[in-house]
Amino acid sequence: MKQTISVLVENQAGVLNRITGLFSRRAFNIESLAVGVTDDPTVSRITIIVDSGNSVVEQVEKQLNKLIEVIKVRTLEETAMIGRELILLKVNANHKTRQDIMTICEIMGAKVDDISPSSMTLELSDTPDRIETFEALMRPFCILEEVRTGVIALQKGGGKI
Amino acid sequence: MNGAQALVESLLREQVEHIFGYAGATICPTVDALKEHPEIGYTLVRTEQNAGHMASGYARISGKVGVCMVTSGPGATNLITGIATAYMDSIPMVAITGQVPSHLLGRDIFQEVDITGAVAPFSKHSYLIKDANQIPRVVKEAFHIASTGRPGPVLIDIPIDIQTQELKEFSYPEEVNIRGYKPSVRGNELQIKRVIDAIARAKQPLICAGGGVWLANAKQELLELAEQSAIPVVKTMMGLSIMPTDHPLNMGMIGAHGNHCANQALAKADLLIMVGTRAADRAMVDPREIQRRMATIHIDVDPAEIGKNMQAAIPLVGDVKVILQQILEKQAPVTDSAAWLEQLRDYRKAELNRTFPHQDGYVFPGTMLRTLGKKLQDDAVVSVDVGQNQIFTCKYLPQKNGRFLTSGGLGTMGYALPAAIGAKIAAPKKQNIVICGDGSFQMAMNELSAIRAANLDIKIVLLRNQVLGLVHQIQNVPPYHGPFGVALDGSPDFAALAAAYQIPSLYVNDETKLDEVLGDFLSRQGSCLLICEVNPNVSTND
Repeated sequence: MKQTISVLVENQAGVLNRITGLFSRRAFNIESLAVGVTDDPTVSRITIIVDSGNSVVEQVEKQLNKLIEVIKVRTLEETAMIGRELILLKVNANHKTRQDIMTICEIMGAKVDDISPSSMTLELSDTPDRIETFEALMRPFCILEEVRTGVIALQKGGGKI
Repeated sequence: MNGAQALVESLLREQVEHIFGYAGATICPTVDALKEHPEIGYTLVRTEQNAGHMASGYARISGKVGVCMVTSGPGATNLITGIATAYMDSIPMVAITGQVPSHLLGRDIFQEVDITGAVAPFSKHSYLIKDANQIPRVVKEAFHIASTGRPGPVLIDIPIDIQTQELKEFSYPEEVNIRGYKPSVRGNELQIKRVIDAIARAKQPLICAGGGVWLANAKQELLELAEQSAIPVVKTMMGLSIMPTDHPLNMGMIGAHGNHCANQALAKADLLIMVGTRAADRAMVDPREIQRRMATIHIDVDPAEIGKNMQAAIPLVGDVKVILQQILEKQAPVTDSAAWLEQLRDYRKAELNRTFPHQDGYVFPGTMLRTLGKKLQDDAVVSVDVGQNQIFTCKYLPQKNGRFLTSGGLGTMGYALPAAIGAKIAAPKKQNIVICGDGSFQMAMNELSAIRAANLDIKIVLLRNQVLGLVHQIQNVPPYHGPFGVALDGSPDFAALAAAYQIPSLYVNDETKLDEVLGDFLSRQGSCLLICEVNPNVSTND
């Protein structure tokens, strides 16, 4: 089961290294990991997606908590969070296919960031499910390259971790 | 004041009295600053790994943080085993490493190694100092982290230019405030109540005490609980000397290499109270089976240990000493354990009185250890290496009210001699014994120099069987096809070796002479080596 762990850490050199090191040493699998500074410049937030059972996730949480630079750890409940991912996708496009691609972008809410005679670069921020749908719809046009950020997530409502 | 002086001043503020080290170019400014402070003792080791083990032995006996200090590059990498050994046994330690100049970091210059990166998986925390003004705060935090919560080694890596950098001012912080590090101390009251209820219901209760009891200095509280509620006690290897062998509630050590009585108790209990132990594989071969069969209480300072190897029904996170006091305050009930105790005592008696096999020309380790134990002083410190010697000692050396030191978690051969040196420096008046095999002794015998240099009184028992005994024993059983690569050919004449360090030695291969030889051995002034001839085919199961 995919679970989302949100971690607040000291914004210092070496912290990410410790966290990824912990995952590999304890044989926990990371599906995705996204990191960025928060409104408090001394704190970064890391969002980690793991595909594991509850007991493993509990152990991940506890091991993360043992790291001195980790300030807070919380597993976010699927139904009580907003999870989003950003994809940039470069696809083959010519005068015959451009309109079809545009239609899909319109339906999915994707943006066209760049265009050339033979390609288009598209941008979509959405749930991982919808990102995958978008990717599937683009595949027939021949995807040249793509990049995804990994999921970032916040709890719904006024609370914070 | 420069960084090196600030570092030494900070160590003084932390009441550091001894450093185990090995100097090199990148730590020279700090060594130079140390020279001004003869109140801090210094032991020069012969290889850096042993600086870690000495600091470990020192920490375990003094109850303080052990400090070791080495140079960058190979000095730091040699220390790694010492740090990992301390980490696995949760020993409070601060390791200081010199580092190449900060502006050259990452260029792979002479004796540069990323030591903070290397020790990350097995250190509690580490620092790479990039500004001398941070030294007081970093040292304060390092000692706090090393010694609180679940103790462990903390590394401070300090480039040489930071050691020579002038500080704006030296001000040592009064307290530590790390927002991500607030270890629990008191146990949850509701859980305490559940523990009391569980004890009241139990007919066959059992306490399993681990190294955490020593780390929390909770021996007294543990004995009180056991005695007050009439609960028998088994121990892991790290908790071995928590109670004397002849204590009526002591049922021995559990585990694959433990006592039959202790393992029977563990198999048949209806309530298991684990105190400061992590249900490690060598102690509890099948924790899930235990958790299925009986009610379990798990008391530990490290929340991550709860549910890692065993999912206890009643977890209690906090300082072991404080939690035991909380339970004692609530007047834990006397359990109805008379029948249970009687049954266990029968097993125990049979085991303690068993007769050992005998072979002419050899000493059986059990026979030797039983005789030795009876002769030891009440508070002797016994350091034991890794291999058959460790297992025999755990099984057969009678414990009194002293300490038993060994590398239980990492199983580092060569631990005993340097750990004993650290322990001797921490407690010069206590009788200090090393028990090792001829394999493990040869991993650390270069530290006889440290014994000689400080004229320490350490009695070394060498169980010589001319093979790596435990591996030899494993290789003799399928799926392996017999011994290979374990004969200690080319070993020195140990008596001559000891003599080269002006350490006298004794030899025994006759069990009828054991009493006399051990008496002579222990009564000597200063260090002495006792070589016991052991049959290479002796197994720990004999």
